[in-house]
Amino acid sequence: MALISREDVAHVARLARLDVTGDELDRFAEQLGAVLEHAADLAALDTGGVPPTAHPYPLANVLRDDVVRPSLDRDEVLAMAPAAEDGRFRVPRILGEAP
Amino acid sequence: MTAGVGAVTTTDWEMVVGLEVHCELATATKLFCGCRNAFGDEPNTNVCPVCLGLPGSLPVLNRHAVELAMRVGLALHCRVEPSLFHRKNYFYPDMPKDYQVSQYDQPLNVGGWLDLPDGSRVGVTRAHMEEDTGKTTHVGGGGGRIHGADHSLVDYNRAGVPLVEIVSEPDIRSADQAKAYVNELRAILVAIGASDARMEEGSLRIDANVSMRRSGAEAFGTRAEIKNLNSVRSLGRALDYEVRRQVERLEAGEAIVQETRHWNEDEGRTSSMRSKEEAYDYRYFPEPDLVPLAPSDEWLAEVWAALPVLPADRRVALAEAAGVPPNDPAVGTVVHQRLDDLVVAAIEAGAEGRLALNRAANELAHRAAPDPRSFAKVLRMEGDGRLTATQAKAVLAELVSSGGDPEDIARAKGFEALEGDVVAAAVDAAIAGHPGEWERYAGGEAKLAGFFVGKVMAATSGKADGKAVTALLRERLSG
Amino acid sequence: MGAVDLARQVRTGARTARDVVEEHLAAIDDRESDLHAFNLVLAEEARAAADEVDRRVAAGDDPGPLAGVPVALKDNFCTRGIPTTCSSRILEGWRPPYDATVVTRLREAGAVVVGKTNMDEFAMGSSTENSAFGPTRNPHDPTRVPGGSSGGSAAAVAAGFAALALGSDTGGSIRQPAALCGVVGVKPTYGVVSRYGLVAFASSLDQIGPFATDVADAALALEVIAGHDRADSTSIPHASPSFADVVLQGVDGLRIGVIRELVEGVDPDVGTRLAEAAGALEAAGAKVDEASVPTTTLGLSAYYVLATAEASSNLARYDGVRYGLRVDGDDITAMYGATRAAGFGAEVKRRIMLGTYALSAGYYDAYYGQAQRARTLILRDFEAAYASYDLLLAPTTPTTAFELGAKTADPLTMYLSDVCTIPSNLTGHPAISVPYGRGDDGLPIGVQLLAPALGESTMFRAAAALERSLR
Repeated sequence: MALISREDVAHVARLARLDVTGDELDRFAEQLGAVLEHAADLAALDTGGVPPTAHPYPLANVLRDDVVRPSLDRDEVLAMAPAAEDGRFRVPRILGEAP
Repeated sequence: MTAGVGAVTTTDWEMVVGLEVHCELATATKLFCGCRNAFGDEPNTNVCPVCLGLPGSLPVLNRHAVELAMRVGLALHCRVEPSLFHRKNYFYPDMPKDYQVSQYDQPLNVGGWLDLPDGSRVGVTRAHMEEDTGKTTHVGGGGGRIHGADHSLVDYNRAGVPLVEIVSEPDIRSADQAKAYVNELRAILVAIGASDARMEEGSLRIDANVSMRRSGAEAFGTRAEIKNLNSVRSLGRALDYEVRRQVERLEAGEAIVQETRHWNEDEGRTSSMRSKEEAYDYRYFPEPDLVPLAPSDEWLAEVWAALPVLPADRRVALAEAAGVPPNDPAVGTVVHQRLDDLVVAAIEAGAEGRLALNRAANELAHRAAPDPRSFAKVLRMEGDGRLTATQAKAVLAELVSSGGDPEDIARAKGFEALEGDVVAAAVDAAIAGHPGEWERYAGGEAKLAGFFVGKVMAATSGKADGKAVTALLRERLSG
Repeated sequence: MGAVDLARQVRTGARTARDVVEEHLAAIDDRESDLHAFNLVLAEEARAAADEVDRRVAAGDDPGPLAGVPVALKDNFCTRGIPTTCSSRILEGWRPPYDATVVTRLREAGAVVVGKTNMDEFAMGSSTENSAFGPTRNPHDPTRVPGGSSGGSAAAVAAGFAALALGSDTGGSIRQPAALCGVVGVKPTYGVVSRYGLVAFASSLDQIGPFATDVADAALALEVIAGHDRADSTSIPHASPSFADVVLQGVDGLRIGVIRELVEGVDPDVGTRLAEAAGALEAAGAKVDEASVPTTTLGLSAYYVLATAEASSNLARYDGVRYGLRVDGDDITAMYGATRAAGFGAEVKRRIMLGTYALSAGYYDAYYGQAQRARTLILRDFEAAYASYDLLLAPTTPTTAFELGAKTADPLTMYLSDVCTIPSNLTGHPAISVPYGRGDDGLPIGVQLLAPALGESTMFRAAAALERSLR
């Protein structure tokens, strides 16, 4: 039984803004399923009371002074852009507000 | 039977409002990089690898932004706690990394409140730090709207600007209270130097969550989120509209959809943007490029000690000095106009409290303040009866515009208090000159007192004291 | 000739930097078309940089500790004005407007950058076969992989194209290719080398480190690039130590534990070389025993959840808006979807989806949350081991270099080859792969020394002793 269905793959592909073909959906479902199955040892692990490790080396309060540093040259910035107009990055029409 | 859209039967219904306020912090640089934090510069001139999210870039937290965020928390009576940054993942062109660095379940400030001028208290759930997005302009649709646009243009100058998001408890129960909350919050943010909090410049942004429930009910109704509120006035109008809309639906037996609605200023209505029946999956996880933030007790104490006196405390102090309750409207006005120091000084120099409050609230608002001694002197002259109310206001106006000494100004304007018998003679002359009106006044038409006061004022070139004239008229009635 | 010797020659004027770089450019000319170690050879820039070093030497100025040393950079290090592609179509032709901190430090030390090396796309892979620009071949046998994801850097040093190379190591991407190519590869303690300018794969696991032909060279390179950087919040504030004398200090009295759980399941000749290495360390004065670190094998699953989760977020920015590839669409969502579908290879897509899944609503705790907690258990296990041992010894990778195409059919097979290297990325501890003989097939084998956090000095001591035992 597949751990991850075609629908699951389609869902995460949408979340990740990755167009996938029908064939890819099947193939990825199979491949990802195999990895998740292997990760069953992780699911089975008893981690009651164990805190998570987010950072391998414990640091805290790394701060910088509120001092202006040079910005990039605008021409250099826009030269990278696939499309630019009026000093701004141009994108195709946006259909909705931010989520 | 439903009520029309215009009429609101709010006797049965209670509005429940929570406000989310984003304010831009008044730092010199952005939250995670040294680019200038400035409004109105040429597009994409305040950007660098970090705030553009270029491959390989990394964030470093701005100490002053943390300090200002702590000030906000402390001013709102929050607990400042060890906190983490999280990534909020979603795609949008104004987001350089397609994730926003924010705070999720371990925010900097939690559990505070805000006391309003009317004496009510609104809880503050949290006030956390996050980075702002860039700005998108839409081209080709009508009026720069997203609908019907052909393409859009993005400016990242604002991307990475430090924000504090202040989330209130759903404690607000009226549009007026909501507006008062925003005004009070703004006053605090400005007083502590955290933000210039200008809605028209976008340094203060408001979203409202609104639901209705039957009066006396405990459970909350389904709420709608209202966006695109560009002024305090819009907030009030939008809440009024939304309350009517929800009540109309509920009374018709229809459910409220949990959704985001857009306030349309021109049309005066909210419209549905998208439904939130399924909350967006932001896949929050701790930001691995930043380390935990745990301000030391010493730092906290320093920030606390450096906080200026806040509006609520100013109101209490002013009310005490003036001998009135703190929720007196004049107290709120005077503090809001930053004239409380002046009034307290005047009271200490011998002016009467109530009078000082009223004159400051009504005559000095939006004008330059006079010096406290002169202000006190005018108030004493009025209190002693040497100046009428009208004359006192005139002297104050002159004092504010040209300065000088109140006695000299009064003398120059010819404001001498009239001898009692001069006034009495003028009253008698007015009565004698208008027997018809006098008979009607004596017969019960109390309004005609004003007629006689007017006649006496004309006869004395405005120098008579209106109150004294009225008193004399009443005497003549009985005598 | 290695970096230490080259630098000394150039600094003393015994040889010009230009001469050194021409020698290496000739080697590149000779074999690069067979091996494809580079995405971009920077011949003219290298000559100019070498000339500048020679000018400084002639003027009596200090040309730096790596004066004239040819260095290759993995193509995920930002190099200002020079294409940085991460071997991906989505960044093809992109020129960063800034240098990575390590690049600046290398240049200031007088190093001469000869090119940007090939890699698995966005550092995701163990064979450099996931490059959008074709694989790199192992200099010892061009029908075989050099390892990955820093395969180009490992091959460049092994083939003599550069005396040093930099790579990045997230799950073994320096150490594994070092072992397969027969060179030294180092992953330092997390936070010792600045990540500013390294295109991120998995932020809490990525570290930058050197490839070299011997331990002393690797130690010198690390010394130059290591140290606190204000531009990286995860950079450790302490000053970086000098390793110069360390390599001569020997292993007398050091307690070394061979990780039992990692020895099981490797090829017989890999196991034999490891046993020989253990014997050599004992002969040199260390006390070598068997150690048990039971949670090491758990590392694989935890890694593939954590690394892919962080990567899914780090790679979201490649959306066609600000730089790189754009495939147009009717609206922005169509543009995003088409751009990322065209720009990313299959392995990158798999990992982005896996990572997105692991973070998604309803699965966060079971996957990401569990992986973070497993990470704690693994860390505790290693810390317990370091109470009894100064260093741990293990294979670097279960096999010698496999043939191109041998493991590409099944992603899981490829993932399993990272089992020996992954634990050090999860713990953040340093580790080094040292070449130690050959397999029955004549291909290089490496052995791995693992040290506790900031234990690089001890690690180099033992690595140098192992190296000496082969001479």
